[in-house]
Amino acid sequence: MLTSESLKRIDREIAKYPAEQKQSAVMAALAIAQEEQGWLSSAAIEFVAGYLGMAPIAAYEVASFYNMYDLKPVGKYKVSVCTNLPCMLTGGVDAGEYLKTKLGIGYNETTPDGLITLKEGECMGACGDAPVMIVNNRRMCSWMNPEQIDKLLAELK
Amino acid sequence: MEIEIDGKMAQVPDGSTIMDAAQQVGAYIPHFCYHKKLSIAANCRMCLVQVEKAPKPLPACATPATNGMRVFTHSELAVKAQQGVMEFLLINHPLDCPICDQGGECQLQDLAVGYGNSASRFQEDKRVVFHKDVGPLISMQEMARCIHCTRCVRFGQEIAGVMELGMANRNMHAEIMTFVGRSIDSELSGNMIDLCPVGALTSKPFRYAARSWELGRRKSISPHDSIGANLTVQVKNGVVLRVLPRENEEVNECWISDKERFSYEALNSPARLTRPMVRVDGTLREVDWNSALDYVAHALKDIVATHGGESFAALSSPQATLEELYLLQKLTRGLGSGNVDFRPRRRDFSNDGQLGGIPWLGLRFSEIKDLDAALVVGSFLRKDHPLFAQRLRQLAKNWGQVSMLSVGGDDPLIDLHAQVTVSPADLPLALARVVKAAAQFQGETIPAGLDSVEADATSQAIARSLLERNKRAIFLGNAAEQSPQAAQLHALALELARLTGATCGFIGEAANSVGGHVAKALPTALNADEMFAQPRKAYILLGVEPELDCYNPQQAVAALKEAALVVMLTPFNDGAAREYADVLLPTTPFTETSGTFVNAEGRVQSFNGVVRPLGDARPGWKVLRVLGNLLALPGFDYDSSEQVRAEIVPAGEGFVGGLSNDLERGAWLLADAGEGLQRVTDVPIYFSDPLARRAPALQKTRDAVAPTARMNADTLAAIGVTDGVPVRVRQGTGEAVLTARFDETVPARCVRVAAGHPSTAALGAMFGAINVERA
Repeated sequence: MLTSESLKRIDREIAKYPAEQKQSAVMAALAIAQEEQGWLSSAAIEFVAGYLGMAPIAAYEVASFYNMYDLKPVGKYKVSVCTNLPCMLTGGVDAGEYLKTKLGIGYNETTPDGLITLKEGECMGACGDAPVMIVNNRRMCSWMNPEQIDKLLAELK
Repeated sequence: MEIEIDGKMAQVPDGSTIMDAAQQVGAYIPHFCYHKKLSIAANCRMCLVQVEKAPKPLPACATPATNGMRVFTHSELAVKAQQGVMEFLLINHPLDCPICDQGGECQLQDLAVGYGNSASRFQEDKRVVFHKDVGPLISMQEMARCIHCTRCVRFGQEIAGVMELGMANRNMHAEIMTFVGRSIDSELSGNMIDLCPVGALTSKPFRYAARSWELGRRKSISPHDSIGANLTVQVKNGVVLRVLPRENEEVNECWISDKERFSYEALNSPARLTRPMVRVDGTLREVDWNSALDYVAHALKDIVATHGGESFAALSSPQATLEELYLLQKLTRGLGSGNVDFRPRRRDFSNDGQLGGIPWLGLRFSEIKDLDAALVVGSFLRKDHPLFAQRLRQLAKNWGQVSMLSVGGDDPLIDLHAQVTVSPADLPLALARVVKAAAQFQGETIPAGLDSVEADATSQAIARSLLERNKRAIFLGNAAEQSPQAAQLHALALELARLTGATCGFIGEAANSVGGHVAKALPTALNADEMFAQPRKAYILLGVEPELDCYNPQQAVAALKEAALVVMLTPFNDGAAREYADVLLPTTPFTETSGTFVNAEGRVQSFNGVVRPLGDARPGWKVLRVLGNLLALPGFDYDSSEQVRAEIVPAGEGFVGGLSNDLERGAWLLADAGEGLQRVTDVPIYFSDPLARRAPALQKTRDAVAPTARMNADTLAAIGVTDGVPVRVRQGTGEAVLTARFDETVPARCVRVAAGHPSTAALGAMFGAINVERA
């Protein structure tokens, strides 16, 4: 299911916990699986659960709880816009709307070319930088006014 | 520690919660997620109470009691908090009580009366939760009713040992579901229906059958496994509509298995036999009771007069009541025959004359939780004894070490200390290894015949766990009792018990496995196997279906087809019986007769009929009594089943006496398994008795899929087939075409073929050689 590199990384995570507490590594393991496959299919979740010796539904609980895990395929770039309260008050919603019109898609949709998926994100812990976005769960983008957004999109395309 | 609840003082041990203390003084605190047998989740918040000096209301279920604490469960603050929680719980709960199956027995409904408002302030749309299909037993049709107490999730994790339900998603999108819509397959799953405080999980077979207030509640005892679970049978208009557990901490706690819960459907099955039938000119015809009984009495008299008493044999199911078993053996002996038995699935009876008493569990069920180590030998534990497995599961969680020597590698869902899976013929050897290891550790002389046995690391680990721990027990399961080497296994287990100081016991196959001994339904001549191996002229079969219930169905059916007279006392009118039975006498299942079961721990549990017998069916003890009278046998003048029981066990006795697993002379001789393939036979949980076999909902579960020929990869390769290919399985003169299945848990050179199903009834013995080839 997963490549040996991914399994090696998961093993490294497992090693951080006592041997009988393997399932403590579930969040990291799911993240590694998602990084390799682009999203978490049911098969991937079941594989990770089996690898950690836990019930598939227990891994699914985790995967469905956190919104940075994608249970459906996403585009090459996943842009998450924070619309939690502080961002919302400081232009987060407007940034989201601007992205929607620029890309011609709504939240949880992917551009027809499969390049960009737009998501509503949860607080990224940088309310002072609002509006904030995160690309592919890794790259934080701060002070995202329309100009900055254009720059970002140009870069992604 | 002293704590004050609503002005009442309670003494509680360290580690208790406010809820425990409140229960002690009888103060009721409303709750949903709290359950005494489950871990504490504290997520429903309904049990908020006021605690002196605490700034906020605290959840009673999760707040530890401290010395001198003063708690107010009904103060203004507490009630206001509880009312607030109730308002939130009702926000998304549909107000569909009139069409909800839980209506009338719903905790939310009851508490809403006490704590809810008459109208909702919530004007927005309620959330919609999609229904789920999780199999034939549990209905998850209206999941919007769920209040997310997670009792069902915790039950799976903690009691059933397998987490099948989980709470996916977050906050207002949270919902209870199985992984990608799979079914719930646990053999204890029905308990989730009881645990659900609302109408989210309901019983599929019972849906819309009745309202709880229309149902009569009658006490009864489970007729299935040797636990003797206490039941509440619910009845409407003389029909059994539902079976629920009746709490008995010492027996079944507050659980029952799905077999016990759902096999009631068979009681109302169209396959019920309602009139006596006699074979006239080759076909079975309905007759009245007088003619049927006259016919049987005359035929029996004739056969016994011409061929002697020994030409007659009687075989009972181990699920017959104590009274039925007693009268059957009395009748048999009255006719001058010693051919009576109640153990149709046995092969090895060589210990019968050696028993020091009535074989039993060796301890009480309630003592299991105090064990430190346990060894289970030869058992498909989870499916054979779901509630016994549950007790061992809890034991293993609480530092107890549970080990298994088994013939099938099924996962018992117990955190095992050690597990050895061997072929059935090697089971005595596997046990001998542990015996040898124990003897070596103890520095005792190696028991005779075990010199060449090598104790491997796993055997040593098992022996060590039995030696180093304080209280320990060895349990012999169904496969160990049914094995052709049962006597050796018994002797070896006793030797291991002697060496380690453990108790040794039998889990017992069925509801009256101990009771049959108490009733003396034991052979003085031919036993359950011999009575078919050496065919008799006449048979009486009580509640047993030989083609499915016998050790060697092939041999049994052949003998029955040749017999001049086969009388069956049975509640059912279908199945192979119609081919060989000459007389079918409609007897009643456990719900329509009074009787007694003696469970594996020797507990005497009597019960009354809960509904009238269906049609002309009559309780087995009455039929046997009249038959005794018609045969002019002495001592058959009983007015009630209590009178019969009084002859067997003294009135008011809670446990039977004379229990012992000792052997006067135990011996073992370790033999080679020999060449060729061996059969590994399990009796799947829903094929194991006549009731379960006819319960439609149970028959739709995954545990009731038709038998396959399961083999490991090497065996499959040796036969030249792959998974999914049909194979011809042969034993003796019979054969069956089954699907080959890959199963890595099957021991080498073994084929696992289930018994108790029509598709494998043509096969022979449950143990021994079997031929498999590509079909």
